[in-house]
Formats: sequence, C-alpha cells, structure tokens
Amino acid sequence: MTERAFSEHSFQTFLSEHKLMAAKCEGCGALFVPPRPMCPDCHGEEMAWVEVSGKGKLAAFTAVYIGPNAMIAAGYDRKNPYMTGVVQLDEGPLISAQILGLDAAQPEVGSIGTPLKVAFIERGEEEAQRTFLAFEA
Amino acid sequence: MTKRKLGRGVAVVGAGMSKFGAFPEKTTRDLFVEAFKDMRASVDKGLDANDIEALYIGNYSSDLFERQGHTAPIMADWIGLTPRPATRVEDACASSGVALRQGLLAVASGAYDVVLVGGIEVMNKLPIAEVTEALATAGDMLYEIPAGFTFPGFYAAMATAYMHRYGATPEALMQVALKNHDNGALNEKAQFNSTIAAVMEGKRRSAEKKGRPIPTWANEMEFLHDDRANPMIAWPLRLFDCSPVTDGATAVLLVSEEIARQYTDDPITIIGSGQASDGALHDRPDLTSIGAAKKASQMAYEMAGVTANDIKVAEVHDCFTIAEIIATEDIGFFEPGKGHEAAEEGLTTRHGPKPINTSGGLKSKGHPVGASGAGQAVEIFKQMRGKAGERQVDRDVDLALTHNVGGTGQTAVVHIYERK
Ligand SMILES: [Zn+2]
Repeated sequence: MTERAFSEHSFQTFLSEHKLMAAKCEGCGALFVPPRPMCPDCHGEEMAWVEVSGKGKLAAFTAVYIGPNAMIAAGYDRKNPYMTGVVQLDEGPLISAQILGLDAAQPEVGSIGTPLKVAFIERGEEEAQRTFLAFEA
Repeated sequence: MTKRKLGRGVAVVGAGMSKFGAFPEKTTRDLFVEAFKDMRASVDKGLDANDIEALYIGNYSSDLFERQGHTAPIMADWIGLTPRPATRVEDACASSGVALRQGLLAVASGAYDVVLVGGIEVMNKLPIAEVTEALATAGDMLYEIPAGFTFPGFYAAMATAYMHRYGATPEALMQVALKNHDNGALNEKAQFNSTIAAVMEGKRRSAEKKGRPIPTWANEMEFLHDDRANPMIAWPLRLFDCSPVTDGATAVLLVSEEIARQYTDDPITIIGSGQASDGALHDRPDLTSIGAAKKASQMAYEMAGVTANDIKVAEVHDCFTIAEIIATEDIGFFEPGKGHEAAEEGLTTRHGPKPINTSGGLKSKGHPVGASGAGQAVEIFKQMRGKAGERQVDRDVDLALTHNVGGTGQTAVVHIYERK
C-alpha cells in the first residue's frame, strides 16, 4: 500500500519507477488506468493502488507521419513514422500508448490483437526528463 | 429515462455563413459580420437586428488560434447588439452545434423569443505545426497526447479498428472524399470548391507550366493512391481523408414558433435535439463507433418522434472520411459495419437514397472547428427550403438531421429539423 494520491502526478511517478499502476475501486472493484480519484462507475470514494501485469493486446493503432512537436523533437518525421495506439490490458482497462516493435513504415490492419507488454521510454534530460508509457510487441 | 420535450416550438428563420477558406487579412470579427449579413439576407420578410435578444457563439479556441479570449461579447459588439447577453460555447469541434442547442433551449424555455446562434474560428493565423498543437488540446493532454496521438491519429486508430472488424478498405474512405468534393464543387462558399478531378487537372497544368513531368494518373483513384499527390498523414488516413484548416463563421436565427411567420412563410422547426458526453477514446468499450453520437441521435429521434428512415438529408461530422462512415451508422442510416459499403455503393450521394453532406461536408466545404456545427444547419435550411441551387436534392425534404462531434466523440450533438 502506498499513500500516493490518485493523480496524474502519482501515475507519472510510478512510470518513472517503471511501474504501471491502476486505481481500484474498493466499492465495486472496477480498475482504472489511468487512475481516478473517485470511481466513475459507482461514484465511490475509496480507491487503492494495484500494480497491473503490463500485458495486453493492440485494440486500435495508427502510424503517424506528421506528429506533434514533442514527437518531432524525439526524432520522428515523415521518413521515420511512429506507431501509437490503444492497448487493452489483460485486466480489462484500455490505455493510449506508443507502440514499439511493429513496423510503422509497413502497417497492417491485421496487427490488431497482437499481444503486447509494457515498456517505458525515457526522453529529455535532467529537469525535462520524463518517462513515457509504451507497449512492445 | 423520461421522454423529454421542448417547452415550446422553436424555428429556424434565417441561416448564413461567411465564405470558408484561408483569409490572412481577416479576423473572426470580420467573418462573423459576413455570416451575419448572409443570415440576414436569408430572412424572407427581413430582420430588424434589434429584435435579437441574446447570442450564443460557438468558438473552440480563439485563445490559441488568435490570442483573443472572451469572443462572444466582441461578436455582439461588432454587429451592434450590446448590451444583450452574449455567451461563448466551447465543446471543441461541436462548439456551435452545442451553441445551437443552447439557443434552442433558451427560446424553448420562454426566456427569449429571438436568439442568434453563431460559430466562429480563424485557424490560419498560426503555422500548421501550431494548429496541430492547438487542435490536440481537444484530446486528453495528460494521457492521449503524450502517447503521440494527433487528431488525424485518433480517427486513423478508429479506422483501423473499423477496418479490422468489418473488412472496410481505404478505397471506401476515398469514396467519401470523392463524393464530398463533388458536392463542394457546387457550393460557392466551400473552401475546396472543386471536384478531385479538377484538383488533378490543376496539378497537371501547374506541372506543365513549371516544366516538370506531367503526372499521368489514369483516374481519381490512382491520384488518391499516389503517395506524392496524396501523402499519408496518419495511416491509413491520407491528406484527402482529412478536413482542411479553415477560417469561417456561421449564423443561425432561432425564434419561437409562434412568431416565426413574422419572419418567413417557410420556417424550419427544430423538433429534436440530443447531446451526450464521453471520456477519452481509450475509455470506450467500442472503438468502431462513437457512443456519444449514438446516444445524442437516440435522444433527438425520441424527442422528434421520428426514425432514421424518415430523414431525407443529413449533414454529418466528416472531419475525416472514416468519421462520415461511422456517423452514418451512429445516426442509424445504416447498420453497424455497413456504412463503408453504403459509401462504396453511392447510397449517400445527392442522388442516392440517403444523401449525406450535400454542402461538401467539413471535408470540402471546410472545417473552421467552432463554426462547423451551425454551418451544418445552414445547409439544412437551404435544402429544406429548396434553395440549395445546383446541389439541391431532387426530392421533398420534410425531415433532416445534423450530427456534430467534438474531439473524438467526447461531445456529440444531433438535431432534427421539420418543414411543416
Ligand atoms: Zn466503483
């Protein structure tokens, strides 16, 4: 058990520790990744942190050829597209993440359903250093 | 849930829009005045601007696009309507569809008899990379955008889920672009007032003029498959699957049904309205449809007491080609998974059984995000009154529908219109 608030700040702190954490509703048992400070299903107020397996499958994806500034800074462009998508965790919740290990230059719709496991990408230096959630085929 | 009814009848008696396009020399004020004048000219028996009691203005983000906040009172001032209450409504790309609903509810409540609904957005003041960043803030900045999603990326992800489940092809998406450009070619207010064949011809002529090799596309499909002419943006969506970056404004005049005939003998009544909200894309159990749009449609149909079969024409939110296919299913025109076949079979053309986006849609008419929802009502007002010119559908339009989505479906708003 940990005292961390059910916030983006805490979720991000866990990511920096290479942990994928969910908030579990003590009332109805629903699981939330990203975490919620209050259960949107039953409106209960008691939440608890649980670590999830980090295993899931690809539910939807795209290969981005024109990315936002942050991804351009990370080295991606038209000649070097990246994949991002929605991953369904084995425990149920879905989450957005960068997708690694599939060829972004040769995407195929058939990749949907591919088993994935959690990965953590470190970008930026010193103060600007941040861990990004990813999943890898 | 109890079946909801409006407190009293509300009619559209005027609707207009500015030209849509890229206007470096114009601000939202200029375009809104243009839309207001076009709306006023459409009121058959004339409008004394002083009759207007309140304004609801849809605007996504003049703050980010123009560094101007607090835009609603400025619009009231620019058309000489201060001190009347002027309220800005923001729900991303559904801003003015929701402003229309707010205006509708205000008149239905009896608080006002005459309300002006507007939509404004000027997007071309920013470089394209900054436009992408500004639009991204309609997604979830904490959990979606850091994953690398862009707006084309969100809809591309929905496209992959849809294609995987239903076997749809990129060619079905291309049919949506071809159709909407065909319609937009007949709309002088459209940003892309030309067919894709005409776009190809323009590119051939330009190559010839510059002494470059003249492209040899055999037909539109070959052009749309050309990576140079139609580059990939977010696979499987290419440039011509995306609506453009647009400056534009729209204006719709709502009045209580009791006084509608003071303004026209041919009013259009809004008989159904529905609006719904949802979480981020990754919070939804089904990525092949937009739950909020289904819910909003259901609410609107229930209020109106009609079904999808009764609707003759619809303007739907085709920010991307896949969005139109999904929309035609969410409003009940086609069964889930059948929208792509309907597009390929031409069922949604002007001459088909279910005409969609006769205006050219956001794809060809343009998508000044906060102005697009009210812009849909402008086309419906024209089609229902037989005033859509060359693009007028060849049947009596007694019932029509608009479907406006914010973000990836965090907001959806649907209206149903009747000509009595
Ligand atoms: Zn709960």
